[in-house]
Amino acid sequence: MIAAILAGQTEQYHELIRPYERSVFRMALSFMKNEFDAEEVAQESFLKAFRKLADFRGEAKFSTWLISITLNEARGRLRRQGAVRIESLDETPEEGGRISPALLRDWREVPSEALERKEIRKLLEQAIASLSPLYREVFILRDIEELSVSETAAALTITPGTVKIRLHRARMMMQKQLAPQLKNANPKRRWFPWS
Amino acid sequence: MVIECKHVWDYISGYLDNSLPPDTRDLVQRHLEHCEICSAILDSTRNILVLTADDRVFELPVGFSERLHARLAREINRNPDKPPDAPTD
Repeated sequence: MIAAILAGQTEQYHELIRPYERSVFRMALSFMKNEFDAEEVAQESFLKAFRKLADFRGEAKFSTWLISITLNEARGRLRRQGAVRIESLDETPEEGGRISPALLRDWREVPSEALERKEIRKLLEQAIASLSPLYREVFILRDIEELSVSETAAALTITPGTVKIRLHRARMMMQKQLAPQLKNANPKRRWFPWS
Repeated sequence: MVIECKHVWDYISGYLDNSLPPDTRDLVQRHLEHCEICSAILDSTRNILVLTADDRVFELPVGFSERLHARLAREINRNPDKPPDAPTD
């Protein structure tokens, strides 16, 4: 389909990108923290991908290439807004201390009936947004977009070892923040604080 | 050999990805079998990952797709005969 678009059948671009709308928006939202800016970033990313389509060589998956463009677009916009400089002050050094998880005696079940609740979505978005950029990028690519370690490393131009370290810390930060909140969001479950 | 809880926490992510060396995985596994705290940490982390990866949690804004394709159509139709990155002369 990409060859056809490059050959002039540009209308096919609409169909090419339809499967990726959600993941590009979700990636953008995780960085921009509000839907309006995220939609702008998503639109710009799809437009840039269209303009640069001839650069796509097929060595990476199209989805990974698209995510890289989105990542750069979001970073660029944040930089222009001055947000990166502020956030970087809060950056946790990678060699920093161990992150202690939230201690809960019991959590065996996924609260699946809560999945569509806006409250849960908001908690997840807030927790992801609270990660500093280095950890957020890795977490989004690995645990939301479900890229492999090597694909994540390629998209971010870091080593697979660094992906694993950042991912571990990001997951522990997410657990620490979300486990108590999700437990409280669904009080009927048998979740007990460890005290 | 026995490992302490705080060392098990270092391996939670690798355990979930099944990327630990076999010996380490066995150590962690044995600890998890008898430690209620660490097994709850493992479960809660795993469940959070299930939630964040679930497409039902994240919805596109109403009209997102229509606005995106309308904007793309304007871009594409601006030069309908010119494929992306084609030479301009």
